[in-house]
Amino acid sequence: MRRLTGSIAGAAVLALALSACGSGDSATTGGGGGASALKGTGTGDTCKITTPVPIGAVFSLTGAAASYGESQKKGLELAAEELKAKGGVTYDVKIEDDATDPQQGIAVFERFVTKDKKSLIIGPTLSNTAKQTDPVAQEGKTPVLAVSNTAAGITEIGDYIFRDSLTEGAVIPQTVAAAKTKFGLSKVVVMYSNDDAFTESGYQAFKAALDKSGVTITKTITFAKSDTDFRAQLTEAKGAAPEALVVSALIEAAVPLVTQARELGITVPIIGGNGFNSPKLMTGAGKSADGVVVGAAWNSASSGPENEAFLTAYRAKYSADPDQFAAQAYTGLKLVDAAVRAGCSGEREDIKKNLAGLKDVPTALGKFTMTATRDADTPAVVQVVEGGKFAVLK
Amino acid sequence: MQQLLNGIFLGSIYALFAIGFTLVFGVLDRLNLAHSAVFSTSAFVGIELVTRAGLSIWVTLPIIFVFGGVLGLVIERVAFRPLKGRHDAHFAGLISSIALGAMFLALLQAGFGPDTRRFPPDAFPQQRIEFAGSTVSLLQLVIVAVAFALMVGLTLMVSRSRLGRGMRAVAENPHAARVLGIDVDRITALTFALSSALGGVAGVLFALNVNSAQISMGTSIELKGLAVIIVGGLGSLPGAMLGGLIVGLAEVFAVTYVGSSWRDVIAFGLLFSILLLRPQGIFGARKVREI
Repeated sequence: MRRLTGSIAGAAVLALALSACGSGDSATTGGGGGASALKGTGTGDTCKITTPVPIGAVFSLTGAAASYGESQKKGLELAAEELKAKGGVTYDVKIEDDATDPQQGIAVFERFVTKDKKSLIIGPTLSNTAKQTDPVAQEGKTPVLAVSNTAAGITEIGDYIFRDSLTEGAVIPQTVAAAKTKFGLSKVVVMYSNDDAFTESGYQAFKAALDKSGVTITKTITFAKSDTDFRAQLTEAKGAAPEALVVSALIEAAVPLVTQARELGITVPIIGGNGFNSPKLMTGAGKSADGVVVGAAWNSASSGPENEAFLTAYRAKYSADPDQFAAQAYTGLKLVDAAVRAGCSGEREDIKKNLAGLKDVPTALGKFTMTATRDADTPAVVQVVEGGKFAVLK
Repeated sequence: MQQLLNGIFLGSIYALFAIGFTLVFGVLDRLNLAHSAVFSTSAFVGIELVTRAGLSIWVTLPIIFVFGGVLGLVIERVAFRPLKGRHDAHFAGLISSIALGAMFLALLQAGFGPDTRRFPPDAFPQQRIEFAGSTVSLLQLVIVAVAFALMVGLTLMVSRSRLGRGMRAVAENPHAARVLGIDVDRITALTFALSSALGGVAGVLFALNVNSAQISMGTSIELKGLAVIIVGGLGSLPGAMLGGLIVGLAEVFAVTYVGSSWRDVIAFGLLFSILLLRPQGIFGARKVREI
């Protein structure tokens, strides 16, 4: 009994000490500490800030979404290198792993917001995670720039949440319209993984776009995002004799799904959501990938000097082709730089204000404008796989 | 018809995984949760052998069998043997095997990166057989044949051979077995090696079958594997085979007749209904101890 009382007392002391720490932290955040060092002189290209602007990035470097995180990390590091070479304003970019686990994402966000006092957070990789981490930043008044979240309801979390990734809601209607014109679709089967926020919202967007353009959905089939054997579902889909298969899935599921569909003799076009938009589709599914239609925010065939410069630099550094995730992460830091230079300040409030004001910025994604709802406005491109390569669907 | 075949092939994969699993679980009464890590690791190493070293799949499979066996020896030596003297050896071994499995996966990620990997498209003959309006690939037939042959072979081995008798003796009572002059450590190690060798081959066949190998591929099949063992009856090899087929068919027919969102509810609901009706599983024998 005595021991029990002792440990309760101990726990109480510990709790007191912890809460004291917590209030101390928030006091320095509120006061702004040495943050004035983040204000510089000049504007735009002449802006000079002596202290490096602290940026935190949270990507899924391990776990189910690790293949996206890896691309994002490469894109971001390339942008940081280029900005460092440019000079005037430098960035202290710290990339952390959320292990595709929202809990770990929250922990990293909390550290970036309260302890490390980052001026801005880039990430996280998955919309699923973002829905849980972004409220942390919103509450701590730290701007977040999402560079891959495409689900609905991300920027609605609050006025500190921005994104440069075109939403599925913006890309999918353009994809459906282009595919309908090209293939003359009247009935399709829809498949999606219903245990992920990203693919679920992709499904909603597909459904709305299909309904609007008068295409009948004869069957809707679900699966789990970790599934790899889709033969049962695909046999079901085949039975409905669709003119196209519409699929909202992450790339890990997309590759076996496409392979097995072709194996079972499903030869119709497969219209994919954003998850299909990766060169890994062709390396993994090989010939089976032909006839896959994907709408995207970015394509290596997109023109524009910024995109060409990005492609050249990326290939030189990594001797591999970038994907959309690399392009968006790369653009993300460039946009942050544009916002910082616009007000020549690396402080949270100024970055927030100037991100919202970005208009017609030339980027690798095309002309970029931040909409009133803090979402990206860039042109989309509808692609089809032909002979193992993405080509623009005409 | 196609769905029936789909179910049989899916079930054979579960069975293949469960047979290796149940060998250690049922015979030695140890739950080796590193089995799923062996499954993933072997698939990745197999892919590496085929893509980098350019070996044919027929050479790769025996190599993977040996490789899996070696992993099994490591698991037994590191995760189970040091604990064998403890009174909570079974439970402690379960935990330490989870830990060792996590280490294997971390090493795998360090070595190969996080990307999903696959065998080159021509690694296995892409032969297809059209049969009553359904498509069957040669690979799927091989998987069913391998699973069935393993089930028969291992059942015979456990019931007839010297090693099998040794295994059963160790399972019944290690101390008595030792008194009778059986090398308990050797038998235990061999059982682990055999179990993991099978797990390794299952991993390669699985990766070939679905054209995808992920680090987490073992984890998703592990739960199914446990369900299969319970449905079939603990430690029963024919039970693992049949249990695999039942779970596979249940999943496929859930998709066909009930709806794809209900798949896991049906498959695991089946597990519970079998547990209620026949707690020892379909082929499980009720343990009766005579004093």
